[in-house]
Amino acid sequence: MSSGDYKALALSLALLLIAICLPWVVGDFTVTLAVNMAMFTVLATSWALFSGPTHYISLATAAFFGLGTYTMALGLDFLPYWVLIPLAGLFGALMAGIIGLATLRLSGVYFVIFTLGLAEMTRQIITFVQNATGQKGILISIWFEETTFYWMLVGLAALIFLLGWLIGRSRLGFALRIIGDDEEVARHSGINTSLSKVMLFMIPGAAAAMTGALIAPRYGYIEPLIAFTPMLSFQVVIMALLGGTGRLWGPLVGVIPFSILWEIISASFPNQTTLLLGLSFLLIVYLLPQGFVGLLLKIKAKLNNGGGS
Amino acid sequence: MSEQRTVLSLRGVTKRFGGLVAVNQLDFDVAEHEVLGLIGPNGSGKSTTLNLISGALPVSEGEIALRDQIISDLPAQRIARRGVARTFQLVRMLPSMTVKENVMAGAVFGHRRRWGREADRQVMRMLELVGLERRANARPSELTYIDTKRVELARVLVGDPKVLLLDEWLAGLNPTELEEGIALVKQLRDEGRTIVLVEHVMDAIRSLCDRCVVMSSGQKIAEGVTETVLSDPEVIKAYLGEDDA
Repeated sequence: MSSGDYKALALSLALLLIAICLPWVVGDFTVTLAVNMAMFTVLATSWALFSGPTHYISLATAAFFGLGTYTMALGLDFLPYWVLIPLAGLFGALMAGIIGLATLRLSGVYFVIFTLGLAEMTRQIITFVQNATGQKGILISIWFEETTFYWMLVGLAALIFLLGWLIGRSRLGFALRIIGDDEEVARHSGINTSLSKVMLFMIPGAAAAMTGALIAPRYGYIEPLIAFTPMLSFQVVIMALLGGTGRLWGPLVGVIPFSILWEIISASFPNQTTLLLGLSFLLIVYLLPQGFVGLLLKIKAKLNNGGGS
Repeated sequence: MSEQRTVLSLRGVTKRFGGLVAVNQLDFDVAEHEVLGLIGPNGSGKSTTLNLISGALPVSEGEIALRDQIISDLPAQRIARRGVARTFQLVRMLPSMTVKENVMAGAVFGHRRRWGREADRQVMRMLELVGLERRANARPSELTYIDTKRVELARVLVGDPKVLLLDEWLAGLNPTELEEGIALVKQLRDEGRTIVLVEHVMDAIRSLCDRCVVMSSGQKIAEGVTETVLSDPEVIKAYLGEDDA
């Protein structure tokens, strides 16, 4: 490891320590907000691990998240909570693998539409099954404090960061960067582009399913509209793009301000959330195409040039 | 020539796009350490042939073998790993990466795969070979046209391919760059690399190619030693047209 790596590791550990200690120094409302932030950090960071280098915009987060919540809701009668979280991750990875094999040969636009349709289709199927059986939702009988959810999510986020860091230094990470730049060159350089994309797509699939499973008891009552809300997929994309996908820490930089903004929007304009979400999407793409990361790198480059002249 | 081992062979290779036959029953062999020119007028099927060899396009009929192993049923990435490396008619850089990373792509995933320090050393060796060792950390956007071509060449060379396919690698260069380009390919030939060269620049063909295969309308119309082939009346007719020949 280089000295830069050690510095980054020390900074990451310091930030992790601050994140762990946060519930002891802030009030209940902030902890609730922090749970959402930690949840979106996991979702947006894992999303960017795949979509960042490949430029494939996945709107399947809600499908994986919903799969996780239902794994927890249906599985609690048979298995302990702690076993169901990795099991949900396994299901999420399998689902992502199957979707990936079927769709990642397609060009980007078809992939976007497919992933959006997948979440909706899964929701409709579960709604149909529940209506047919006369069941409306599933009650979850276990419950945790907000701080417990928060710490679990911070742990999962740390795991995702570690995984992202390892992938970034691996052949797979390098292959994905090449694919993102030019898939034709990647193929002719000897990279199995389909397999590489499928392997990496399984990570956001597993992470979103584990998040859904982990946080399911927070909802208490699971129904398709909660578990598979399409809004979640869009929020993840917006937060990741706002932060920027060019660096592992990029999405985190987007999650923090957007979660606060979203809290204000939801409280002040509860009936216009979708409209404001769409508007913020447009503004981010137009004003910050590379996110905060791109902006920071641009400022840094300007300062360096200025210093050199 | 007869003692040299055949590295690449095409037998009855045909490519159809709907009703259009772009390559028709093409046969030829490439011997080890040979530079074979694949020439012909525009639209004669040369680049399509390179695309068929490299797996960018599937063959409609026929077989392509690399050292007696059929590769025409393999996807492009497996053909690359078996040892067929190619450049593109229009240079394809990896824009977000440095020159070194561009070349590293071939070192990590190509025919002879390397990682870590060994890959690093090999990449720097290739950058030295193409004269770009001082531009290792530059971005493709900062390079001249010929330098992007050099990077592409280093990327395909770094994996020690058995056959190198150069698709109009000298096209678009100014006279000085052309001289440099020809000298570089000559250096590769002297190193004993096996090269299939699709080219229009006659000076380059004359000075670089041991043999030539001439294509016209998807078919092979001549094959043999370069000077003999280039003076063949049928080849002259294919290039210049019936009236001018």
